[in-house]
Amino acid sequence: MDSFQTQVLVIGGGITGAGIARDLSLRGVNCIIAERYDINAGASGANHGLLHSGARYVSNDATAAEECRREGELLKKLACDCIEDTGGLFVAIQGDDENFVADFPHLCAQSGIDAQAVSIEEARELEPVLSDRLVAAYKVPDASVDPFKLTLDNFHQARSLGSTLLRHSEVTGFEIDAQRIVRTKLKNLLTGEDFFIEAELVVNASGAWAKEIAALAGCSINLLYSKGSLLVTHNRVTRKVINRLRPSSNADILVPGGTVSILGTTSVRIDTLDAIFPTVKEIDFILEEGASMIPALEKARSIRAYSGVRPLLGSQSTGDDRNVSRGFALLDHAENDLDNFVTITGGKLTTYRLMAEKVADLVCGRMGISAPCLTRTEALPSGAGAKWTKPGLAPKMWVKHHDPDDTLLCECEMVPKSVVDSLIDSIHLQNGKPDLKALGVRSRIGKGACQGTFCALRTGAYLYDTGEMENDEGLGSIRAFISERWRGIRPLLWDTPLIQAELQEAIYCGMFGLEIHDRQ
Amino acid sequence: MDVETEIHCDLAVIGAGMAGMAASLFAANRGIDTVQIGIASQIIFSSGLLDLLAVHPVEEGRTWDNPWEALDRLSGDLPDHPYSRIKKSHIRKALSETVVFLADSGLAYQVNEERNSHVITSLGTRKQTYYVPRTMWNGVQALHEKKPGLIIDIRGLRGFSARQITETLKPVWPGVRHERIEFPDMRSVQEMYTEPMARSLAVPENRKKLADIIRPLIKDARIVGVPAILGMQDSQDVQQDLEDMIGVPLFEIPTMPPSIPGLRIRETFEMKLPEKGVRLKYRNRVSRISKNNDEFLLEVGNDAPVSRIHARGVILATGRFLGKGLYADRKTIREPLLDLPVYQPGVRPEWHRFDFMDPRGHLINQAGLEIDNRFRPLDGSGKPADDNLFAAGSILAHQDWMRMKCGSGLAIATAYAAVNAFLKTTSKNG
Ligand SMILES: Cc1cc2nc3c(=O)[nH]c(=O)nc-3n(C[C@H](O)[C@H](O)[C@H](O)COP(=O)(O)OP(=O)(O)OC[C@H]3O[C@@H](n4cnc5c(N)ncnc54)[C@H](O)[C@@H]3O)c2cc1C
Ligand SMILES: Cc1cc2nc3c(=O)[nH]c(=O)nc-3n(C[C@H](O)[C@H](O)[C@H](O)COP(=O)(O)OP(=O)(O)OC[C@H]3O[C@@H](n4cnc5c(N)ncnc54)[C@H](O)[C@@H]3O)c2cc1C
Repeated sequence: MDSFQTQVLVIGGGITGAGIARDLSLRGVNCIIAERYDINAGASGANHGLLHSGARYVSNDATAAEECRREGELLKKLACDCIEDTGGLFVAIQGDDENFVADFPHLCAQSGIDAQAVSIEEARELEPVLSDRLVAAYKVPDASVDPFKLTLDNFHQARSLGSTLLRHSEVTGFEIDAQRIVRTKLKNLLTGEDFFIEAELVVNASGAWAKEIAALAGCSINLLYSKGSLLVTHNRVTRKVINRLRPSSNADILVPGGTVSILGTTSVRIDTLDAIFPTVKEIDFILEEGASMIPALEKARSIRAYSGVRPLLGSQSTGDDRNVSRGFALLDHAENDLDNFVTITGGKLTTYRLMAEKVADLVCGRMGISAPCLTRTEALPSGAGAKWTKPGLAPKMWVKHHDPDDTLLCECEMVPKSVVDSLIDSIHLQNGKPDLKALGVRSRIGKGACQGTFCALRTGAYLYDTGEMENDEGLGSIRAFISERWRGIRPLLWDTPLIQAELQEAIYCGMFGLEIHDRQ
Repeated sequence: MDVETEIHCDLAVIGAGMAGMAASLFAANRGIDTVQIGIASQIIFSSGLLDLLAVHPVEEGRTWDNPWEALDRLSGDLPDHPYSRIKKSHIRKALSETVVFLADSGLAYQVNEERNSHVITSLGTRKQTYYVPRTMWNGVQALHEKKPGLIIDIRGLRGFSARQITETLKPVWPGVRHERIEFPDMRSVQEMYTEPMARSLAVPENRKKLADIIRPLIKDARIVGVPAILGMQDSQDVQQDLEDMIGVPLFEIPTMPPSIPGLRIRETFEMKLPEKGVRLKYRNRVSRISKNNDEFLLEVGNDAPVSRIHARGVILATGRFLGKGLYADRKTIREPLLDLPVYQPGVRPEWHRFDFMDPRGHLINQAGLEIDNRFRPLDGSGKPADDNLFAAGSILAHQDWMRMKCGSGLAIATAYAAVNAFLKTTSKNG
């Protein structure tokens, strides 16, 4: 059985794990990051992509508001390639709580957030799609962030400094001796083989799964789960981030990113983490609520929906889940008599760097390393292979450098062969297998209007041409890719997306018989 | 209103998919004065395969070698399925009348002694179907006999990888190799499309060039598979000529849609139906239907001037969502042209399963028009909406052609039933 050695094992390949790996690597500490599925398989791949100015939290969590403000300002400087500095608007419409509106500028000022009142006319000039029932509007420094690029860039730098990312590697247990984790047991989910990692320190950065991982080490954390669902529109609806100026509720925020906009979220308490997908009911609710702020949303074409889970720490779990889930928790399990195990969970994408810094400080302190944190001052380098996730970016690049031999594999989002080639290379570097799902995570393939129907066939064929696939594994890969896309499309199936879904079934089932392939 | 033309006919067929085309053919063959309206889009004909029935019950995923036995079982299990309203002998007649017409027009089909055949697809799956285009037939047999074979793909033709097909087929057909070629005279073209290639093979010189490229690759192979590009209406000549030059049989593999075998069917109908006296209004949609005395009045085209069609009977073959015969908003499924009642399979959360490939199929595919035994759509009270209004094809409720593999067969058989029902009504009423 294989066994690896490293200084620090980080469990979880989301933004928190990536940030920790980068921070530690910059301090000269060697890490292995173990991720069960793929980069951003959890909440980091299923969030709103809002770089919070903090204004959203001024009324109920001044600490979180200030953290967001500071971290947001830092990231705009240091990770500017991952951020579109759109600015944001908070808007209230007729019937919204007037006291809340009246308190808002004052509370923002207290948290040091620059909120400027704008007239209704000016707001509707800035964003003509806003409802004519607007009663108040404020400009705030919100921005939009590409979570995929952010995570990939963090990993990229960690790798270049000697750390290793293991994908498809699930932590299944710990061997504990004398108050220490001696070895961590993992399973390679591609081969089914078990292997071990020996590390001086183990960091549990598994987000909503932190309770399960801690339990494997005999530690209990009181986590509750709140599912949030979001909807991606076919076109970009606004230039700026739009927030509803009221206490947090459903479908309050519309975040633009590249050529699309994302509307959400809901907040639904769930008991288990096995089936996280959006329902028809949630989507209808999001649309109806969103339309009261921006009426055009009622008729806008949607292309996809998805859900993520917020982990809520037990003690904070009263009232509306949206209000209490923002802070992060750093738990030193030395308190549970386990000296080399820490858990970090909760928090936000916006504050990931700060969370990573706190973890790295604790880890380095424990290991007697005095190197200072560099992520506060050093810019995040833009890594290769990370730039194809943003809507609209692939077309721009393709038009700019179009080599006539470089044909498009995805026509909706204009992803050419050359991009797929570079993704294949980078997936190999991350010890992964370039199947359709892995390419989908790293690019816009399958995210356009055809819902993956045509690009899966073209890209699948290309993976055989390039020798990446053998035997009949292409069929499984296509099925897995289409099923994954389906979860996000299913609640949106009326009007045009329904027609598209029928075409997809006509091709895959009617014509290819893929659903009964193994029965003949 | 600004009316361009007034057209009078016995029967108006609305829809230019397989059901509409077949209805026009049957009507013309029976001397009915017919006008057909609809958009004959390329994609709706797709693979060129004519499925009859291969899977039933869907939830068990049971596949049948003999579709006629499957039909017996189906009519016992699913009395509301449109097939259950048609005699087996009529289904047989409908199919053979269509296939004879296609063969006479140069598109020969083959069938394996009343049995379903396995056709190789570009994904490397084997699709069960009934009538197989002549151009694909050698592949059906070679797969069966496991002859040493060669599959060829073309540089620049996306979504078609010969290596994918051979790798996927390995367990059932191990002795097949793959090669890639440049299509002659298209070296400078980067993204290759099937239609220009198929049309270029009308020129004998191009066929010779292609044969010269393929010949040295054959080696021990006794059969060669290529993407479906072997000519258009001239496919039989193209195939024969190439086979003579390379010395081994060839077969086509249907490509991802829109594909040439489907285009061939569409072109055949478009060319031959007018010769039989059908008046075609393709590239047009019916925007409104009303009834005046005993006559239907169809307005064709959205912008003035419109054409007005006066017809004694109407066959509605407008398809499902893709064809635009059905439309769904967030809450209901409607029939947009006449606002006929549509069978609603539950509410939207129930329309689709959580898993795309759920073996039970999606409930929404059961939606559609409910009919009586004479293929007349029912109104809200369960009676025929009109004595002379009929429906055919995939718009009908209680069938899932995608999962049962019965698309074209159902379109053809129901078109036959609808035309016969129209004939009966008109002869009765004088
Ligand atoms: C609906 C929603 C919207 C949000 N919107 C925003 C927003 O707009 N702005 C913002 O700043 N924040 C937002 N957030 C919060 C933000 O997404 C999260 O705080 C952040 O992504 C958490 O990252 P993480 O790395 O800690 O956890 P995750 O991204 O969940 O990563 C945990 C990883 O651990 C892996 N894992 C689990 N079990 C194992 C195991 N046994 N072995 C190995 N690996 C394992 C998982 O596969 C996963 O990849 C949102 C959250 C949600 C749910
Ligand atoms: C991707 C794909 C793969 C397929 N593969 C197979 C296969 O392998 N085997 C097989 O047997 N069959 C296959 N089929 C064909 C399938 O059998 C037929 O599409 C199906 O039978 C439906 O035919 P239809 O004529 O009822 O409807 P459609 O083909 O949908 O045709 C509807 C027609 O009605 C017209 N229409 C709608 N509204 C109006 C209006 N208001 N006015 C005028 N015209 C109107 C449309 O323009 C269209 O021409 C495939 C189809 C597709 C799309």
